[in-house]
Amino acid sequence: MTPTELESVYEALATTIDQVGESKTELFLAKLTLLLAERVGDTPTVLRSIRDSARSL
Amino acid sequence: MRPAGRGETDSLYFDYPCFDAPEKARGATLSEPTPVAIVGAGPVGMTAALALAREGIRSVLFDNKSTFNDGSRAICVARESFYILERLGAVAPFVEKALGWTTGRSFYRGQQILEFNMPDGPSEKFRPMYNIQQQYIELYLWQAVSDSDLIETRWQSEVIGVRNTSDGAILTIRDTNGTYTIAADWLLAADGARSPVRGMLGRRLAGENHEGRYVIADVQMNHDYPTIRRALFDPACRPGGTVLIHRQPDNIWRIDYQLTENEDADEATREDVVRRNVEAVLSEIGHDGPWELEWWSIYSANTLALDDYRDGRVFFIGDSAHIVPIFGVRGLNNGLADAQNIAWKLGWVMRGKAGTDLLDSYSPERRGATLDVFENATKSARFMTPPSHGWRVMRDAALSLALDHDFAGKLANPRQMTPYTYGESPVVCPDDPAFENGPEPGKVIPEARLQQGYLSDHLGPGFNVICFGADLAQELEDRLAAEDDIRVLSLPARSEAAHVFGAARTAAYLVRPDRHVAARWHQARATSVITAYRKATCNNGAEA
Ligand SMILES: Cc1cc2nc3c(=O)[nH]c(=O)nc-3n(C[C@H](O)[C@H](O)[C@H](O)COP(=O)(O)OP(=O)(O)OC[C@H]3O[C@@H](n4cnc5c(N)ncnc54)[C@H](O)[C@@H]3O)c2cc1C
Repeated sequence: MTPTELESVYEALATTIDQVGESKTELFLAKLTLLLAERVGDTPTVLRSIRDSARSL
Repeated sequence: MRPAGRGETDSLYFDYPCFDAPEKARGATLSEPTPVAIVGAGPVGMTAALALAREGIRSVLFDNKSTFNDGSRAICVARESFYILERLGAVAPFVEKALGWTTGRSFYRGQQILEFNMPDGPSEKFRPMYNIQQQYIELYLWQAVSDSDLIETRWQSEVIGVRNTSDGAILTIRDTNGTYTIAADWLLAADGARSPVRGMLGRRLAGENHEGRYVIADVQMNHDYPTIRRALFDPACRPGGTVLIHRQPDNIWRIDYQLTENEDADEATREDVVRRNVEAVLSEIGHDGPWELEWWSIYSANTLALDDYRDGRVFFIGDSAHIVPIFGVRGLNNGLADAQNIAWKLGWVMRGKAGTDLLDSYSPERRGATLDVFENATKSARFMTPPSHGWRVMRDAALSLALDHDFAGKLANPRQMTPYTYGESPVVCPDDPAFENGPEPGKVIPEARLQQGYLSDHLGPGFNVICFGADLAQELEDRLAAEDDIRVLSLPARSEAAHVFGAARTAAYLVRPDRHVAARWHQARATSVITAYRKATCNNGAEA
């Protein structure tokens, strides 16, 4: 993933979080994670990413 | 509970019988010792009595009531239970009355997100699941019990004392005529979730209580929908809650709905409140015709079990040993399997066909099955009633995703049919790694078509060795002793059975009376089969 590609994902997430609104943010992110997990299809990577994201909150 | 003006057993469609207490004149004989005493003539106690009778063992059944349990209660009877009933010669009225089903549908906010089908097909004798009210289950079992010369039932007879001795148990019974004691060689405690026997022996259930309370209500109505279990998540009639709908015989429908945290249990079980809540569910599923309220009750989801199902001469079977959440539909089904498991073992030990150590396999096998249920039930419970914020967020995410993506709907699968394996049993042999498929030791054998009927029609009443080549079968016939209760079945090497057993011409399966595999060999020899039979019946030292 190039820095530009990553940037576009970052932007899409930011604008979609604003669109769905604060009350639905959590649901939206949870759905997104499940859907990405299914599309990635690699359980160890997904589980490691869950652990990594829970760090330094 | 029933609508105002109707008694506890005043049903719209079922006539509850009334059974008398034993006659006073027979008082003197009531104290005569019995080989087996069974406390509780619920579905599990009656099944145990019938299974013992099948082994030629006499028993006395005690129940403190004068009729069957009130209300429809456990309505889902699994395929495996139909085999148990068939073995007892009692399955015919069940097949006639019960509604078989294979399909479940889950809905989220009114839209279908999942349809699951349990395995079924022309090779199966019974459907994966049947719906039938518990009072019919008890009635049909009772018909078989009252036909048996080996079972004596004493209604209105409450067991108020139990004591283990070195070679039996002493019970104290109170009936309408007074109190007496009776000695039994063995005692089966089938006295239900509150089990007084458990209390009298100082045993306690251990485990967890889950979140979530449900009201179950039966209504009678003409409603046009097949026998398909429906689960409604977050429906308009109960926002945030879950509703289950099951069809039963006699135009009875089970409506099962979750209470929210701020609904009070006493209030929620008041007739007018139940009527209002049921009406809301019915209008959501498009029923606007008339309906009648039959019966309702409330329950919460628990996973509780005894650490050991045996205490000296006493064995706990059914709800007295374990309480499981009902959406796994395992409470009663598991209890019937307990009854079958202990009954054949006790019968074999009492008839001298097996060593007493066989009885020690009851608790690990059946408790193992319960823990299996707990695991699945805990998963279902977490989906139906998320216990915390995290579980709720993910549940809602899965449901919402499932509206457009089938994979997420699978998370809503209620896992009702996971078959159990007696993997940790002391009387089950390790697997032969040469097999690539087929049931491993500890599993129940699959069904297969055979000649005009099914494989299960050909099984003998005791152990069975299923061979796929005539040479081995002949050698086994020659070497088995006359007193061995074992049938040798020789099946064609090219048959549906050979296929589902993953078996070549040299293979053999040793199958117990309860249809669980005791051992299997890819290259079987008669000596190994006979040794495994001795091990499975704890007759190791008995003969060479
Ligand atoms: C209100 C209610 C609703 C239920 N709904 C469902 C459901 O929807 N789905 C489901 O799967 N399961 C349900 N269950 C559970 C299901 O009914 C049980 O799993 C099943 O009945 C267990 O059978 P059992 O024979 O072990 O115990 P029980 O059926 O409880 O039988 C025990 C018997 O022992 C008798 N007894 C008790 N103490 C004594 C004594 N001291 N002396 C003599 N006799 C005694 C009792 O009178 C009773 O007849 C429900 C249970 C209840 C109470």
